[in-house]
Amino acid sequence: MTPFDYIRPATLPEAVRAGSAPGSAYLAAGTNLLDLMKGGTLRPERIIDITRLPGLDRIDWLHDGSVRIGALVRNSDLAYDDRFARTFPAVAEALLSGASAQLRNAATVGGNLMQRTRCAYFHDPASACNRRSPGSGCDAREGENRLHAVLGWSEHCIATHPSDFCVALTALDAVAETEGEHGTREIAVDALHALPGATPEQETALAPGELIVALRIPAEAARFAPRSRYLKLRERTSYAFAIVSAVAALDVQADTIRGARIALGGVAAKPWRAREAEASLIGAAATAEAFARASELALAEARPSGDNAFKIELARRIVARALALARGGTPEIMPALPASPFSTVPGADHAA
Amino acid sequence: MGYHMSLSIRLTINGQPRDVALDDPRVTLLDLLRERLHLTGTKKGCDRGQCGACTVLVDGRRINSCLALAASMDGAQITTIEGLADGETLHPVQATFIAHDGFQCGYCTPGQIMSAVGLINEGRAGDDPERIRELMSGNICRCGAYQGITEAVLEAQKILSDDEKRDAA
Amino acid sequence: MQHETASPTARHHRHGSNAGQPLTRRDGLLKVTGRATYAADNHPDGTLYAVVATSSIARGRVRSLNVEAAKAHPGVVEVLTPANRPPLAHDPDEKMPPFGFRVEVLQDDTVRYVNQPIAMVIAQSLEAATEGAALLDPRYETEPARTGPSNGTRFDPQAIGVGAPARTAHGDIEAGLAVAARVTEAEYVTPSQYHNAMEPHAIVAQWDGDRVTIDMPNQALALSCASYAAYFGIPAENVVIRSPFLGGGFGSKAILNGPQILAILAARMLGHPVKLALTRAQMYGPVGHRGRTWQKLRLGTDAQGRLTALHHHALGATSSFDEFIEPAANASLPLYASPAILAEHEGLRLDIGTPGPMRAPGEASGSAALEVAMDEAAEACGMDPLDFRLANYAETEPVTGKPFSSKALRECYVEGAKRFGWSERPLAPRTMRDENGFLVGWGMGTAVFPCPHFPAEARATLRADDTALVETGGVDMGQGAWTALAQIAAEALGLDPDQVELRSGESTLPDGGIAGGSAHTASAGMALHNAGGNAIAQLAELATADPESPLFGAGNIGVVAQAGRLHRRDDEQRGETYAAILARAGRTEVVGTAKSTRDPAVASTHAMYSHGAVFAEVKIDPDLGQIRTTRLVGAFAAGRIINPRLVRSQYFGGMIWGISFALHEEAITDRRTGRFLNADLAEYHVPVNADVPALDALLIPEDDPHVNAIGVKGVGEIGITGTVGAIANAVWHATGTRVRRFPIRMEDLLAGSSAE
Repeated sequence: MTPFDYIRPATLPEAVRAGSAPGSAYLAAGTNLLDLMKGGTLRPERIIDITRLPGLDRIDWLHDGSVRIGALVRNSDLAYDDRFARTFPAVAEALLSGASAQLRNAATVGGNLMQRTRCAYFHDPASACNRRSPGSGCDAREGENRLHAVLGWSEHCIATHPSDFCVALTALDAVAETEGEHGTREIAVDALHALPGATPEQETALAPGELIVALRIPAEAARFAPRSRYLKLRERTSYAFAIVSAVAALDVQADTIRGARIALGGVAAKPWRAREAEASLIGAAATAEAFARASELALAEARPSGDNAFKIELARRIVARALALARGGTPEIMPALPASPFSTVPGADHAA
Repeated sequence: MGYHMSLSIRLTINGQPRDVALDDPRVTLLDLLRERLHLTGTKKGCDRGQCGACTVLVDGRRINSCLALAASMDGAQITTIEGLADGETLHPVQATFIAHDGFQCGYCTPGQIMSAVGLINEGRAGDDPERIRELMSGNICRCGAYQGITEAVLEAQKILSDDEKRDAA
Repeated sequence: MQHETASPTARHHRHGSNAGQPLTRRDGLLKVTGRATYAADNHPDGTLYAVVATSSIARGRVRSLNVEAAKAHPGVVEVLTPANRPPLAHDPDEKMPPFGFRVEVLQDDTVRYVNQPIAMVIAQSLEAATEGAALLDPRYETEPARTGPSNGTRFDPQAIGVGAPARTAHGDIEAGLAVAARVTEAEYVTPSQYHNAMEPHAIVAQWDGDRVTIDMPNQALALSCASYAAYFGIPAENVVIRSPFLGGGFGSKAILNGPQILAILAARMLGHPVKLALTRAQMYGPVGHRGRTWQKLRLGTDAQGRLTALHHHALGATSSFDEFIEPAANASLPLYASPAILAEHEGLRLDIGTPGPMRAPGEASGSAALEVAMDEAAEACGMDPLDFRLANYAETEPVTGKPFSSKALRECYVEGAKRFGWSERPLAPRTMRDENGFLVGWGMGTAVFPCPHFPAEARATLRADDTALVETGGVDMGQGAWTALAQIAAEALGLDPDQVELRSGESTLPDGGIAGGSAHTASAGMALHNAGGNAIAQLAELATADPESPLFGAGNIGVVAQAGRLHRRDDEQRGETYAAILARAGRTEVVGTAKSTRDPAVASTHAMYSHGAVFAEVKIDPDLGQIRTTRLVGAFAAGRIINPRLVRSQYFGGMIWGISFALHEEAITDRRTGRFLNADLAEYHVPVNADVPALDALLIPEDDPHVNAIGVKGVGEIGITGTVGAIANAVWHATGTRVRRFPIRMEDLLAGSSAE
């Protein structure tokens, strides 16, 4: 690691002031930042330790029924919060399918939103990567890209966003509250992460030094509590990043779909909300045919960025499956293998 | 504060308060324990949060010490494998790991044991082996002692919950 | 006089409580309390930290290193480069017999593979050394990397593995294929795999004059001492290696590597102890790996499903500058009866670190291909895979015709199949579903592993207080040597294991041989057995020659050592304690010493292998293709079992390696640069706990009167053989899709399924 100054501000304004200087990086748990620093991917000159900032570690239920989650709330604390898990079960399931128990105990929700791609070319300082080093090129484009993006990529970058949590947040219209040099603002999680276009180095909508202080999930999203699932395909049963993942949430009344939320993970540089697919379900009966149609729509614009055409088909299938699982109802208790196809809970239907 | 400046932090390690003068802010909790405080029971397997060998309890919660900056741990209560046994009396997890052959080479073992203690504290697995397997999946054992590990955690959990019931009675 | 515990006829005497018991590990307490000391846990005063800088190109030369920047970093003490690296007494480009490889120790500026050491930074702290290495900012002259069959160079190797012939032929392959009713032909591809022991290669080296003490994990203590001595121009006895605990080895800690030699060199150069631990990423290159293979098999079968020909051709990758060709095709030599068998190997030179032995080298990759090919042949014959294997059961070693020293494989098949429920298996694939709709498949494979023996020595000191000290430079990398060797010694000495102190894990002790080839328990165990026998013989000689002893004159009848006492073989009542014998002789102890080697006469007349049968159940999501090994049953016969608890763990470990090979492990490199894209434990997937829901290992009794006097075969590697094929065959049985490239991935199964 490059030597750095270590600063532990006591107040938010102090933190933002320090964090806005070039070369600064915010440190919460450090589960992603330290990893990147050890690999030489990031070499900040100044570490702003925000773990002591007051008031950012609470889960507050607001009068309108929405929830406000402080940026420093740990992933596991949120996932295991009973009221939260009952109200937004797919978010809890997504959280528990990510990383390991140890990492979830440390990692903060703000840090989860800010985690960087797992693209190996981004992580390898010797490789060309426009995201890490603008203008250097993209070695992934003609490289080993089996797991890279199939949606929203550009010739400049084909990386994917690794978060599970963000996929569920995006589906539920979550909003990030930020504090920057120019005050506070709100950014929809769906708008937080940028597609690469010609400027893959601009990974988020945040200005330099702008800090996520909280997340809000609107009360309206609670209508999906009875029928929502997160499903994640992995190359081992646990402790692996998604090949593809999907959240599906349904509001079904009298056999008719009144509301639907679908988002995909592992397919693009951001969690991928499939709005057209959602729209196709409104007013429809919750049938396999409707789910198949929605899954086609969700991937309508997908194209391989390399040796990864299979991910498009897998993504279609996981959308259809997640919808079918959601229709079956949110499990009474968190599955033993959260988000796994092998989480056999009553109502799971794998029969072809 | 520059990196050349000494940074003073206070930790409670295995019940003992310790003032630590950090000569370098880059030091992780793992390297602080191993290379500066010579508490070498905690192991470095990957140094990147990918194997769990460095698992310790911070304020009672299991984390990967390789991805924790020591400076940021100021004020924390740290429990390492060295602090688990009560004198010569092993913690039930330690005893059941021996009884169920929950290790071979032993290198991942301190991390596995601390993780198991953390898991039992969390109280999310109950007596469901599938939940234990899932919640122990952050600890890689290359020798492949997983079956013994799962059995050991199950039995230790039972011993501890029986103790609790007895204490409550 | 020949005492019976030292004679081959004594092997059936169990003496009650010693060997054969499922004792828990004697090192268990140290390991669960964090007090077991691994190499990097040592901190001699004045220790400096070394960090290796490694190349990011696969081929070319280092044009520049910014040594000044590194040296300017606070805490950096020295930077070792080809420009200032002190001389070594052995040319690193010369192979060191018997197992030495060419190593990279900054002999020049050429780069031959990714992650080759190109400099070493030594500093007062780990943080400073790490950053110093990063500041070197190497610039290269890069040549195109040779990364696969399309641009590598094929060649005919002189030898494969560790000195095995590249080609072995028995009968006429083409004639066998010509008379076949069916020929099954397929190609199988296995990836490069990395040992990834949990403990990275670490070393703490400290010099005292021309003597060096080295703390390091090491699978071959005596050999390594000799090799280091050659590199540093000092007598072998001046090198002390301490390796009481290894955090896993799997073959990667048996052979010298460049970074560790450089750390020893730096310690001498700087006059300080030096500690080096490779990073996880740096374990992908300089410390060996399982090389990639491309294997072609042709199996001819007659109308009854008997093999008429078995042809196994393996192309194996090696480095541009040294050879270790995975002896994969040799997996087809010992197992199935066929009038014609041909195993042949070709090499492929790539710009990679030299591969090396990794748990079941050759056997693992070769068995993976062979067992799937056997399944394909059974399918072609319309036969149950187990029936097909039984139809081709080898009663003698197929190529040599030698009898097996023992072979309880038939019992393994029967007991394993029974435990698994194999008889319920439908022949056709894609016919089983579970209650949740998952595709279910059952597959099997045969496991086999040879029983080598390495020369070893031991000493046994029997004391008047009914305790013994036994000593051998053994190696415990997790297999349980601390426990099993003590059990063997206790049995030889007629004592309880609790009365026996074992000293092991240090090169100053009698040479315990090599911990590899699944041979350590047999090799070091036989040395201890013989040393114990020698001590008892001395004791017996004292007693039988002493008119005061109840054993006086019993020399011809023989005496038995049991529970700290010698008694006449023909009368258990007539005897006395060791203490009494020693006391009357005015001795405080007797010291027995011995060596163990394989009896060449037995080796020339018998084929020696451990055997097993593995049955696998997989469940597969019919639409999504994710796979889980839901059940594995292995039945193994490996001679006499010293400690069933530890042996079961060895089998489990091997079987989990089989899961890993079949479904998870693969090093991914960029095909243009050869750089690793998953040199870690996050994306280089090995199984986690959730991947292993149910294992069962049956210990099939087997009495081997030939393999050695204690009847012990090997158990460390056999578990991976058979298992890979069993899982792959189960995947086929579940889906109807035959995948011939490892690891099997979900996309391999997509084509055969559809989102119905």
